[in-house]
Amino acid sequence: MFKRAIRAGSMALVTVLWVLAALAAARPAAAADLAASLDQLARGDFAAKGAAVEAIAGSGHERAEAILQALIDGQLAQVPATGQLVITAASGSVLRLIDPISGAGVSEAERGAVAPITINNRLRAAIRGALGSLTLLSADADRRRAAADAVFRARDGAVVPILETAIARETSDRVRARLERALSALRAVNPALPAADRIRAIERLAASPDQEVGSLLAGVVAGEADAAVRAAAEEALKRVEARLALWGAVGGLFQGLSLGSVLLLAAVGLAITFGVMGVINMAHGEIMMLGAYTTFVIQEWIRTNAPHLFDYSLAFAIPTAFVVAGGVGILIERGVIRFLYGRPLETLLATWGVSLILQQTVRTIFGPNNREVGNPSWMSGAIEVVGGLTLTYNRIWIIVFSLIVFALLMVLIARSSFGLQMRAVTQNRRMAASMGIRTGYVDALTFGLGSGIAGIAGVALSQIDNVSPNLGQSYIIDSFMVVVFGGVGNLWGTLVGAFSLGIVNKVLEPYAGAVLGKILVLVAIILFIQKRPRGLFALKGRAVEN
Amino acid sequence: MGAHPTAAAPPRPSSLLGGPAGVITVGILLAIAVLLPVLNLAVPPSSALHVPTWALALVGKYLCYALLALSIDLIWGYCGILSLGHGAFFALGGYAMGMHLMREIGPRGVYKNPELPDFMVFLNWQELPWYWHGFDSFAFACLMVVLVPGLLAFVFGWFAFRSRVTGVYLSIISQAMTFAFMLAFFRNDMGFGGNNGLTDFKDVLGFDLQADTTRAALLALSALAVAAAFVVCRFIVTSRLGKVLIAVRDAESRVRFLGYPVASYKLFVFTVSGVMAGIAGALYVPQVGIINPSEFAPANSIEIVIWVAVGGRGTLYGAILGAFAVNYAKSFLTGAIPELWLFALGALFIGVTLFLPKGICGSLPRLRGRRRPPPETTAVARGPLADVPGAQP
Amino acid sequence: MSAHPATTPVTSGSEAAPRPHWRLASETLLYLNGVTVSFDGFKALNSLSFYVLERELRAIIGPNGAGKTTMMDVVTGKTRPTAGEVSFNGDIDLTRLDEAAIANLGIGRKFQKPTVFDSHSVYDNLELALAGNRAVLRSLFFRLSGEQRDRIDEVLATIALAPQRATLAGALSHGQKQWLEIGMLLMQDPELLLVDEPAAGMTDAETAQTAELLKEINKRHTVVVVEHDMAFVRALDCHVTVLHEGRVLAEGSLDSVQSNHDVIEVYLGR
Repeated sequence: MFKRAIRAGSMALVTVLWVLAALAAARPAAAADLAASLDQLARGDFAAKGAAVEAIAGSGHERAEAILQALIDGQLAQVPATGQLVITAASGSVLRLIDPISGAGVSEAERGAVAPITINNRLRAAIRGALGSLTLLSADADRRRAAADAVFRARDGAVVPILETAIARETSDRVRARLERALSALRAVNPALPAADRIRAIERLAASPDQEVGSLLAGVVAGEADAAVRAAAEEALKRVEARLALWGAVGGLFQGLSLGSVLLLAAVGLAITFGVMGVINMAHGEIMMLGAYTTFVIQEWIRTNAPHLFDYSLAFAIPTAFVVAGGVGILIERGVIRFLYGRPLETLLATWGVSLILQQTVRTIFGPNNREVGNPSWMSGAIEVVGGLTLTYNRIWIIVFSLIVFALLMVLIARSSFGLQMRAVTQNRRMAASMGIRTGYVDALTFGLGSGIAGIAGVALSQIDNVSPNLGQSYIIDSFMVVVFGGVGNLWGTLVGAFSLGIVNKVLEPYAGAVLGKILVLVAIILFIQKRPRGLFALKGRAVEN
Repeated sequence: MGAHPTAAAPPRPSSLLGGPAGVITVGILLAIAVLLPVLNLAVPPSSALHVPTWALALVGKYLCYALLALSIDLIWGYCGILSLGHGAFFALGGYAMGMHLMREIGPRGVYKNPELPDFMVFLNWQELPWYWHGFDSFAFACLMVVLVPGLLAFVFGWFAFRSRVTGVYLSIISQAMTFAFMLAFFRNDMGFGGNNGLTDFKDVLGFDLQADTTRAALLALSALAVAAAFVVCRFIVTSRLGKVLIAVRDAESRVRFLGYPVASYKLFVFTVSGVMAGIAGALYVPQVGIINPSEFAPANSIEIVIWVAVGGRGTLYGAILGAFAVNYAKSFLTGAIPELWLFALGALFIGVTLFLPKGICGSLPRLRGRRRPPPETTAVARGPLADVPGAQP
Repeated sequence: MSAHPATTPVTSGSEAAPRPHWRLASETLLYLNGVTVSFDGFKALNSLSFYVLERELRAIIGPNGAGKTTMMDVVTGKTRPTAGEVSFNGDIDLTRLDEAAIANLGIGRKFQKPTVFDSHSVYDNLELALAGNRAVLRSLFFRLSGEQRDRIDEVLATIALAPQRATLAGALSHGQKQWLEIGMLLMQDPELLLVDEPAAGMTDAETAQTAELLKEINKRHTVVVVEHDMAFVRALDCHVTVLHEGRVLAEGSLDSVQSNHDVIEVYLGR
């Protein structure tokens, strides 16, 4: 219904557009009707064809776009016998012939039975320009918007009349803003306009700042002859840059939140094994890697066996990764770590050995290279909040996901009986044992829980990072930093630690560069540990000593 | 420095070299320093006794690793400080020496620039960064080999020990330290050759680095350095300071309540250890011909620890033995079955911590214990009123 | 030994102990005033005040969680008080010093759980405790003098461990470890000894021996003993301070505190 309204509007405004176009740029062939223009295309030389293209574009006819598109695609052809122009469409082994004006099918012909209208490069450029302005009137809002942005970039003054028409007809506020932006840009750079008009256009541009407006204004500042316009542009540029910097900061903040959520996922499992059990698990990163490879295997299976389920692949991957990683974790705990309780440095070395073995196992099975893990459709793409500030869906989802995992974990520890046993064993192992809690069993499950969460973290990582045998190594040091910074034995500390490290990293990045920023953060943490050796949220009192 | 235990006061360790094992260790090192160069240079290649140059290079490399392992054993074996960042000290020592070797290339580089190393010409740098000045002098470079890692160890240790960062926390932040160095040295604009590091060295003090005589001399020097470091470590661990270190390892807060400034003791031994690692790096670079940022990789630093663990910590000679054994296995396996190496290394980490916590040297006396009491007990039993019911735990 | 004020009243612990102005200040060796230590809101010590005189033997008793160990932590510099003052030997402010500095002032501590250096011989344990300069380079080049050896032998005899001089401390029995630790305190030659539950886990005979040992030590040193075992405290025959919930509940001879109403309430009541 919406589309029909637009179409009706477009019919009603054809005339207006036509008049405006004629007035704005004296076009010689403006008055010719569509059929005559087509005739001209069929018979004329390239100059005549050029005029015909302009005429068609200016006609405002609803078929104008289709005709020009066919022309540039080499599908506008002449039937040699009749001289009639047709649009051809491949249909099996033959060509279907379509009447360009009515759009109705006419007949069929053998390939090679029709002669395509020839065009040259100059003509091609003209057609593209014409198409650009024609799509300003398209029925599809997204296409109109894209066309407006194309006009903004092309800065072809000839489009102004059509642009104005389009603005007048526009029903979507969002698209109208883009159209007006394009119009303002054209006006701002048009030296023929009075300075006052141009300054007004610059003001309007500055009201909707983005990167492109910035570079346009910078161009004006650099190359403008008129002092008043230049001054206005300079002033506007300052405002735009200030705004862009603000959005840059907001964007950085988002990036930081996103990195923080990844760190949270990576570190929260570690916080359980390290903080609650006092076990340093150097293989934690490799367990995350197992989670990522689990996702890969599940996606491969779905691709070959049930492609329609691809969008749900993560729903299968998350529990599977939890079980796989948790199982491996329990194996590690029962096989290695339980013999080393109370010897943290030895545990560290032994689990490093485990990490080497896991890495090499995965390398042997899956090869050393990155494996392709896809985003489901609901996680791909991005949302543009304002110009220049784009948030990708996968990162938004991971932020949400990490918070959900954290909340579930807190509930599990605070409310479930397993959580109670876990806390009991943490605080007083012997007392817990004498009250009938099977501490070995609790240890294994706690370690399994921490590892299972690492597996889930791996699923999330597979959505934003390369899935390779080295995946874990790139996160392990950062995760340890989070736990150490946040304070051992306190999951809230891990939450705060993860997000503050993520944000500081990303906020520093534009100033210091990615690598230097990271170095600064590491050094800052090393210094921080001096001040508060037990982290931000440290436990105090007697319990700490033992 | 007699090899024989003197009959001094009973509890004082009888010998600086620590009994037969120490004597054998120093003896072997001296033999390497003398014999291998002779067998390489003086014995004709046709002879069965001839030692090929590649073997010299290999043993030279292992000796540097042995020195590095000693530096870890000194702090881990005797004071319980598990540093996972000693690769940083090693690499810094190596870079200091590498910078000198770069300067010695002079105008013989690819770009024939008399002033700038090739990589700087390549990066379009116009002049030498300030921190490269002085490295054309060998003596200055040697000073830096000691000073830079020593200073880093001192500053890092000062911060860490003063605020009582211990145990796994220290391990983790030392790992973060070397990781930060790795990231920094990968950057081209640091002025240390970025990714590629420093390489294509020509000669040292005018001697061609490719020449057999130079290699033999470097090998001998490395062996002597390890022997000297061994003696220095023995001196430290047998002094009262060494006893304090062991006491810190076993019950740190008790030592504090005895009135010892624990942080200063740790700082001292950590700095000595950092300097040793730096010297190891400086000897390593001319023998392997390259130093690059991957030496800073945390994985490398952890590997050093396993050499010590395999050999047996807290024995010093165990560290040397472990460095040789593990690195020989590595050379062999990465040559023969490359995929197997990481499995083997991983299994080594697990196996040693689970089944051989005292390492080879720590476990051997116990195995032989039925026939002959281990060295400690020998020293112990010589005391007056020696009455040792169940002295061995 | 008996430097008690002759008429020490059995105070009820809520108000601060009166500073003994009527005595020479030099005779008050350790003085705590209004010391509070709180861990996340929980007050382990709650405005604790008391003093110990030179050459005194003092037993401190109290139920679990009364703050006995925390009090020792504060005096030895392990824990910083949230509020209050702790002074030693007149005007030395202990709250500003770290453990090592406090130990070097002449305050020795024996832990509840015997902590000796397991991988050192009994002799080395005592040597490490030997009073003297503890600087790093000094100990790198340190050699025992003849007098120092004699001193170690003397202490070995005192703690009855002479036959075990070469035994690794880790191989000693529990009671022997306790004695070794006391021996280490003697080697430190401190003015003040803080002894935390020395009789815990000992046989009756060992307990009696330990009490004798402490009384012997008290001839030359001021001793503060934290203890649970009432038989042991009775054997010590000394002034007793009762702690409860981080403050002094009562003070006096063992008999007077045992008949104190508040004390009975705390130990038996509720």
